[in-house]
Amino acid sequence: MKRVRALLLLALLVCPLLLASCHGSRGLPEFALPAELDASKTCEITFWAKNDTNKTQTAIYSKAVEDFEALYPNIRVNIRFYTDYGRIYNDVITNISTGTTPNVCVTYPDHIATYLTGQNIVVPLDGLMADPRYGFGGSELKFDGPEAEEMIPQFLGECAIGGIHYALPFMRSTEACYVNKTMLESLGYELPEVLTWDFVWEVSDKAAEKDENGVYAANGQKTMIPFIYKSTDNMMIQMLKQKGAGYSTPEGEILLFSDTTKDILRDVAEHTGTGAFSTFKISSYPGNFLNAGQCLFAVDSTAGATWMGSHAPHSDISPDKFVEFECAVLPIPQFDPSDPKMISQGPSVCVFNKRDPGEVLASWLFAQYLLTNEVQIAYAGTEGYVPVTEKAQKSDEYRRYLASAGGEDEESYEVKIRATELLLDNVGNTFVTPVFNGSASLRDAAGQLIENTAKSVRRKETVDDAYFEALFDDVNSLYRLDQHTGASAAGREDLGPLPAASAALLGTIAAVWIGMGAYLLAGRIRKKKEGKS
Amino acid sequence: MKKIVAIMLALTFVLAFAACNKNEADKPDVKGEGVMTHAEYIAAPLDSQVTVETYVQAKQSWWEDKATVYSQDKDGAYFLYNMACSEADYAKLTPGTKIKVTGYKSEWSGEVEIIDATFEIEEGNYVAPATDVTALLGSETLIDHQNEFVTFKGMTVEASTAPDGSEVAFLYNWDGSGEDGSDLYFNVSKDGKTYNFTVESYLCDSSTAVYAAVKNLKVGDVIDMEGFLYWYEGVNPHITSVAAAK
Repeated sequence: MKRVRALLLLALLVCPLLLASCHGSRGLPEFALPAELDASKTCEITFWAKNDTNKTQTAIYSKAVEDFEALYPNIRVNIRFYTDYGRIYNDVITNISTGTTPNVCVTYPDHIATYLTGQNIVVPLDGLMADPRYGFGGSELKFDGPEAEEMIPQFLGECAIGGIHYALPFMRSTEACYVNKTMLESLGYELPEVLTWDFVWEVSDKAAEKDENGVYAANGQKTMIPFIYKSTDNMMIQMLKQKGAGYSTPEGEILLFSDTTKDILRDVAEHTGTGAFSTFKISSYPGNFLNAGQCLFAVDSTAGATWMGSHAPHSDISPDKFVEFECAVLPIPQFDPSDPKMISQGPSVCVFNKRDPGEVLASWLFAQYLLTNEVQIAYAGTEGYVPVTEKAQKSDEYRRYLASAGGEDEESYEVKIRATELLLDNVGNTFVTPVFNGSASLRDAAGQLIENTAKSVRRKETVDDAYFEALFDDVNSLYRLDQHTGASAAGREDLGPLPAASAALLGTIAAVWIGMGAYLLAGRIRKKKEGKS
Repeated sequence: MKKIVAIMLALTFVLAFAACNKNEADKPDVKGEGVMTHAEYIAAPLDSQVTVETYVQAKQSWWEDKATVYSQDKDGAYFLYNMACSEADYAKLTPGTKIKVTGYKSEWSGEVEIIDATFEIEEGNYVAPATDVTALLGSETLIDHQNEFVTFKGMTVEASTAPDGSEVAFLYNWDGSGEDGSDLYFNVSKDGKTYNFTVESYLCDSSTAVYAAVKNLKVGDVIDMEGFLYWYEGVNPHITSVAAAK
């Protein structure tokens, strides 16, 4: 009997632990806004910033920190520079598991969707934004930030997941097609106002013609890639959108693997075969080829505009390789020029939750400080970025900046300002893709379809319907798209039936509790009987 | 007398062993069935499938089951970019390890490399000596040594311009936008011509001796360097060691 008692005692001790472990690791408590910012308490926060390997951008971040610390002497901001969104994402994931996330971080909504799978990791910002003291235009702010109605609604809306804002937009860009207009006209074509895919493919095929010595007629050189696309995930996403075809639903249902996608890949295959098309991953940066007169249509971000053109302020190629040409900046090619569609992209900032609500409030204030005109206008001027507030866009300072296009200095570099204007003129034509846990992988998969198709053609593999079917299977498997449940990141995922081992464990626990109950009951009955007797 | 005999015997063994090693290093690579020589690899067209036997010289990075490796046989070098590789196998790729690699010959910004590759470890070991290419800098034949382990001797550190306009011996990132841990860029000259060299932070991170050595350089220092003859829009050596010129 002693043995049975010992087992029951053990069960009593172990059950709470088992139940606790079934519940999973405890996350942070939900953030609650403190009554006020405690100015007597020193607070240290960390900001992970992304720049485009651009010293002016890092200097602007550093100045923003310095100016913010002058306003809030009790808040110290430690800045860490990144040049790659992917690295930030990976480091955040690693630091979530160790509870050492930064306080504020430049990010993409796709990435936030993954962060949200942890409990209370990212702070929902709706309450903070609306707070009359510390929210937009709040009475207690020590800086002149934007009012709520001064945020560009479309850009702010892009930071909502499941109806809740988990980030603030910081900068916005889109993609542009940088065209060597001089070369295009030398081939006998006239540049249209809006490029169509048919036009770009046709001219690119023409520019890919070379003589028996391998010299291209278009440039008199032995190197020529008429059409280079930097981000093939964007290429596929935008082509599908322009065609009105599916990519994914807001709920996370994947629609990428369709007949329309196959049609797009057939075009990619055909024009890779003629030597008209390549990608950044296969060949290199579009700007390097464009500036050397070895590319006709270079599609890259408007935030890469300072690397484009005969007089680009930034370049990886040696000065002797540059050729003189007129660089036109147009929207990406369209299927329907009357209804243009282009992606909206660019950095956002999210705030990570901490045990100390005062630290979160300090983080929020810093994130909001990045929306002041001082930061917005300065940073937007470093590349073809657009400020995310009307307050900045409508300011005299910003208007003067746009009007300076074509000046001598780097700030008024014409290609950059034309790229900025492209987005300003097309905000209503931009779109974003649905965000859910797994949407970052789906984006990668979309680009991989184009990369693989182009590589296969270059390797003289057969690219036909059977190829596309196999490609769909491979990419689906590579990115584990079939393992995503498609649940919205803000919602709860259906975890499916309980695993057999877990069911057995719970069954055992239940049996032990029943056994304990029976034992105690039997003891009482026995005592009662003994008492009666 | 016994002592003399013992010393003579020991010396004989040492010399014989050294000679064997020398012979091993001097022996031409005998390639296995279906394996290209380096000359055949160079002659192969871009985007064609290639199979080579080569020896790991240095590892640059591993991420998500992909490894980037500098490798070389006795005739030339092969840069292996994002080769399929488990973390366990990556640990086995020590300098000298012989591997058989199958992938596709590719070119990215002038860097000829093998991509989408798989590999298997084979018996054999070879660590390439550094070839002095100082005299080839600026010449058209330098590219014949692309990706090889090379040395540059007696080069002078030239000034780079920092973001604040000051003259410095090195920059974090190409334009000074980085911080400790970023790639280091520095200028060195020889015979009146200046070249830009790099300490690639994935290959040699901030904890390495070469990273510290470059951070301690002064404009005007005359130095010897070793590294891999990487290419990016022209020669862009990835330096692995720096010392005062001998």
